[in-house]
Amino acid sequence: MSELLLSAQHLTKRFGGLAAVNDVSVDLFRDRIHAVIGPNGAGKSTLTNLLSGDLPPTSGRITLNGVETAGQSPERISRLGLGRSYQKTNIFLPFTVWDNVRLAAQSSERHSPWNPLRWLGRADQLRAVNQRCERALELAGLTHRGPTVAGTISHGEQRQLEIAMTLATEPTVLLLDEPLAGMGQAEAESMVALLLKLKKNHAMMLVEHDMDAVFALADQLTVMVNGQVIASGTPAQVRADPVVQAAYLGEEHA
Amino acid sequence: MSSPKATLELLPKSMQVLLGTGALALAVFPFVPVEGSAFYLQMLSQMMILAIFAMSLDLLQGVTGMVSLGHAAYFGLAGYALAFLTPADTPISLWWALPASALGAGLAALIIGFFVVRTHGIYFIMVTMAFAQMVFFLFFDNKALGGSDGLYVNFRPDATLFGWTGIDLENKTTFYYFTLAVLVLVYAFLRRLLFSPFGRVLSGIRVNEHRMRAVGYGTFGYKLAAFTLAGSLAGVAGFLWAAQTGYVNPELMGFHMSAHAIMMVILGGMGNFAGAIVGAFAFEYVMHFFKDLTKHWQLLMGGFIVLVVVLAPRGLLGLGERLLGKKEH
Repeated sequence: MSELLLSAQHLTKRFGGLAAVNDVSVDLFRDRIHAVIGPNGAGKSTLTNLLSGDLPPTSGRITLNGVETAGQSPERISRLGLGRSYQKTNIFLPFTVWDNVRLAAQSSERHSPWNPLRWLGRADQLRAVNQRCERALELAGLTHRGPTVAGTISHGEQRQLEIAMTLATEPTVLLLDEPLAGMGQAEAESMVALLLKLKKNHAMMLVEHDMDAVFALADQLTVMVNGQVIASGTPAQVRADPVVQAAYLGEEHA
Repeated sequence: MSSPKATLELLPKSMQVLLGTGALALAVFPFVPVEGSAFYLQMLSQMMILAIFAMSLDLLQGVTGMVSLGHAAYFGLAGYALAFLTPADTPISLWWALPASALGAGLAALIIGFFVVRTHGIYFIMVTMAFAQMVFFLFFDNKALGGSDGLYVNFRPDATLFGWTGIDLENKTTFYYFTLAVLVLVYAFLRRLLFSPFGRVLSGIRVNEHRMRAVGYGTFGYKLAAFTLAGSLAGVAGFLWAAQTGYVNPELMGFHMSAHAIMMVILGGMGNFAGAIVGAFAFEYVMHFFKDLTKHWQLLMGGFIVLVVVLAPRGLLGLGERLLGKKEH
């Protein structure tokens, strides 16, 4: 088995009486894609938010690159090597595509807001940042869109920008929340190709509704319903699981 | 489109020329023989000081997206600092009184900021106002701090530098040029800051703070640093104001002062500091104009602001850009 980069054990998140995520454990390994599927409201996005620090878990443990991160702030978790994309496009709409990614790339510089030198230098002349930005844009296939204002590019390109910003911080663990949502056929295919490329050297958790993409990409598959894991294993094992067939796949693949 | 409104950050060439012309006009004004020039020198000095104050607020309001309704507290505190530091019988050295006052205002902003920058939107507005009111009443109700009457600044600061007495701030024209120099310096500094790594993070926070945290920025520290810096720069303005007028009172840190600064920034156009300068001059000019017209000037002032917001949502500078932009095509 390859290297374990993120391990979440017995995560639970309660909102009042509702357990949105209930005793869920996930392991993410380098060079492997772990897909999480489930119907709407199954708790997939909440799980992502727990791992990224957007929400603190009610209970459970998360270890990211050897550091305990449950309940830590999203900025600290990001700096420990986790990058996430959002289901609902979450970019800087008035900025250019280049500036969106450049801003994300700048965050991995050692920075203190109290250092006056950083008040006077020019942001667009940080060479390492520009290189990271260029690389991320190229990976996501957006190089030609650099000077365009992010609010004016197509929905599919905004999804690509989501990924480019996530990559710009050079994370080791990627949490991608429905990267294919709302994409056309051609765009989806190139995104699947990109995800396959990113698999190398990254540990990836993929939340996705597109079953063709999931079965094409996933090494490991976890099925959630009502906040709980009802099955986890290789795609073949999960596909054969009678509980899964009844609860989820059966209905969609009828 | 539902995207947040882009602020005008890069100034078009034509606008830069216009601003340069304005600065030049200020520089040659003392040589222009006009009737009552002493009065106008004082008035322009005050406008320039308010422009520095408005720029310091723009760092929060236009760049970082934090609308502070208590920014006058730091303006006033630095003014009081000068009043307290100046002995009864002799002037104090500018070269340590100015940094000390600005740092004092910055320290107050750091302490208050530590509590307020955790809040967002309407809560931020309310808490900044609440803290400013506390400072206001601390001085207003306290005889030892001057009370409601305020304090006199007996002498303008002494600018003697290593025995060189070339700058005499008691001279109106010299003070005018000194203020102009500070205005230009603060503007150049803030323009530089806007495109620095720090400035880019601040505008990222304005547009989407949530995503900034997700890509690894500790936004609290950035906002606190911006709040502290803005407080110190407001302090520079407040110091100059106290030196210029020779007098401080609690009104300097009052609600009206804070609200006027917000209106100046909106009037001129947010997020590029040039707008704050234009807004401060325009606001003061229109206010004096209406004051001469009627004692109900506030009614006219309100109408004027509403008109600008409706007709020029990006302020006078945004309006100018639109008009100039059309000509260039």
